[in-house]
Amino acid sequence: MRWQIPLLIVLIGGVFMAVQYFVPLEFSERIYEYCVDWVIIVGVFAMGLGLWSLFRVSVGKIQTKAQGWGYNFITLGGLFGMILLGLFSGIEEGKQFMNLFWYIYTPIQSSMFALLAFYVASAAYRAFRARTLVSTILLLTAVVIMLRLIPLGPVSGLNQTVASWILTVPNMAAKRAIAMGIGLGGIATALKVVLGIERSYMGKE
Amino acid sequence: MKNRFVFRKSILLIFLFSFSFFLFGLSISPAQEMGVPVAAPISAPQPPDPPMNVVAKDAPNDNGHAIVVKWSLSADDGKGKNNVLSYEIWRSDNPDTGFVLRGLVPAGTSQYLDRGAREKEEENYFPPHKNFYYQIKAKSDISFSESEVSAPAYAYGQWIHTGKLSILFATAVFTFFVLLFINWAKKGKKLYVRPIAGIDAVDEAIGRATEMGRPILYILGLGSAGELGTIASLTILNRVAKKTAEYQTPLLVPVSDPVVLTVAQEAVKAGYYEAGRPDTYKEDSVWYITSMQFAYVSAVNGLMLREKTATNIYMGVFYAESLLLAETGNVAGSIQISGTDQVAQIPFFVAATDYTLIGEELYAASAYLGKEPLLLGAIKAQDWGKILIMISLIIGAIAASFHLDFIVNLFRIKL
Repeated sequence: MRWQIPLLIVLIGGVFMAVQYFVPLEFSERIYEYCVDWVIIVGVFAMGLGLWSLFRVSVGKIQTKAQGWGYNFITLGGLFGMILLGLFSGIEEGKQFMNLFWYIYTPIQSSMFALLAFYVASAAYRAFRARTLVSTILLLTAVVIMLRLIPLGPVSGLNQTVASWILTVPNMAAKRAIAMGIGLGGIATALKVVLGIERSYMGKE
Repeated sequence: MKNRFVFRKSILLIFLFSFSFFLFGLSISPAQEMGVPVAAPISAPQPPDPPMNVVAKDAPNDNGHAIVVKWSLSADDGKGKNNVLSYEIWRSDNPDTGFVLRGLVPAGTSQYLDRGAREKEEENYFPPHKNFYYQIKAKSDISFSESEVSAPAYAYGQWIHTGKLSILFATAVFTFFVLLFINWAKKGKKLYVRPIAGIDAVDEAIGRATEMGRPILYILGLGSAGELGTIASLTILNRVAKKTAEYQTPLLVPVSDPVVLTVAQEAVKAGYYEAGRPDTYKEDSVWYITSMQFAYVSAVNGLMLREKTATNIYMGVFYAESLLLAETGNVAGSIQISGTDQVAQIPFFVAATDYTLIGEELYAASAYLGKEPLLLGAIKAQDWGKILIMISLIIGAIAASFHLDFIVNLFRIKL
């Protein structure tokens, strides 16, 4: 019974969600919204488990002085510091909690995102090395696509036409083929889970 | 005599002159006499012709809180007097007690969807199964005309969304194939599935990590537990955990979603049990970091560089963090295998990692790694599904080229 009941819940939930997509009735909508609310409730309780996991792993690393344990110290300091500030100082604009968010966290996050520009350059360098015929075609295609953003005088028109064709014909065809494959794979995976064929996510039987 | 003749002639001329002045005076207005510019004569406001044939019907494929109103345009909309600016849509549950304005549409529009709220507490609540009458007003800038009141109509919900029937049909056909091939697999029929390089590389990558004595890093992405990409990744994680348990290689799984954390812990634990090594399972090998995208990325990047992970496996739902993670892993010298169902991120993974599972291969990976016949049946069904899609594409292209609309409409989806 320990496994049958969860599998039954998955089966009923999965079949309902599939049927609900095709039934626009009000009660179908309400049950769907009720289920989505439950996802949020489960998520809130799971957040407690997540924080406990973070706390335990960080404390463990600090205790054993594992490599980089100082970062765990900062992690716990940030976690509890923000919780305490939020509780005692409030989370309105202008309070310390929001000041830390806007003037410490947000710039750090933006810096991380900005690194992407450099990583794009280094990844592109490796990807576009013309070692084989296929990679040479890739390189030439990339050059045409990138140059469409730059005025090239009399060649601009031709370049725009070629770039537009690349984007709307071969590129779009490949994207749609991938999307169709993803759709089929998604349905197959959902069926495996709903029918209980794939149950590794449930842990050990 | 001559003087007398001249006198009479003078009297006649004066009379004619005076008479002509009199006639001229009758034909001009006082304003003209004063030299004021004259406007055209002002006529009474001319209302546009009213809209005709007002029909109200329940809105199709909805939850029962909307009515569609259609009408024939006023004869003065775009032609005739050409003075229609807009149409007002008025509604009443009893035409004798007056109408309430429900909407306004510009000239040239002959349809309006009168949709209301579902909840009774809301101001715009639209009660189902209640008769409503509609009237349309054609408005010019200074006047309007009213249509006749429509026949009553009431809103009700539908049991099936007819615009999605083609999806339902395609899903049913594909489900049939999945069940058919799973049944064949159950009966022991050998199913051939094509090899995928990225999946074959998983075994090699785990072996490499074992030889180097370094851990394997498994990233589930930023998706929630409800996303199919994450579910597929969790099943792959189970297979990877089983192999790492067999090889006694450390496995690190930092996650970004607390719900995914609990499922991932179970999946890894199950892998260790299946390998017969439950004693070596460490609960802290799967842990939560944060749900914030770039904070998570910086934590994982730091982990890669400190732990010098031998193998990094990225499977699941990824966004902008894909390249940040993969490039850092490349700097750390790790073998990297990636897979995602996010089309926009696939090029980044292809460029930055050693092997990439593209789209559907992510969903197939767990079956390949597990080599379980039942799961392989689903992969075979995917291949047949692709064949059906290709046939449908060819039929659709031919039908569209020859304007065979009834065939094209079979494929059409109206959401």
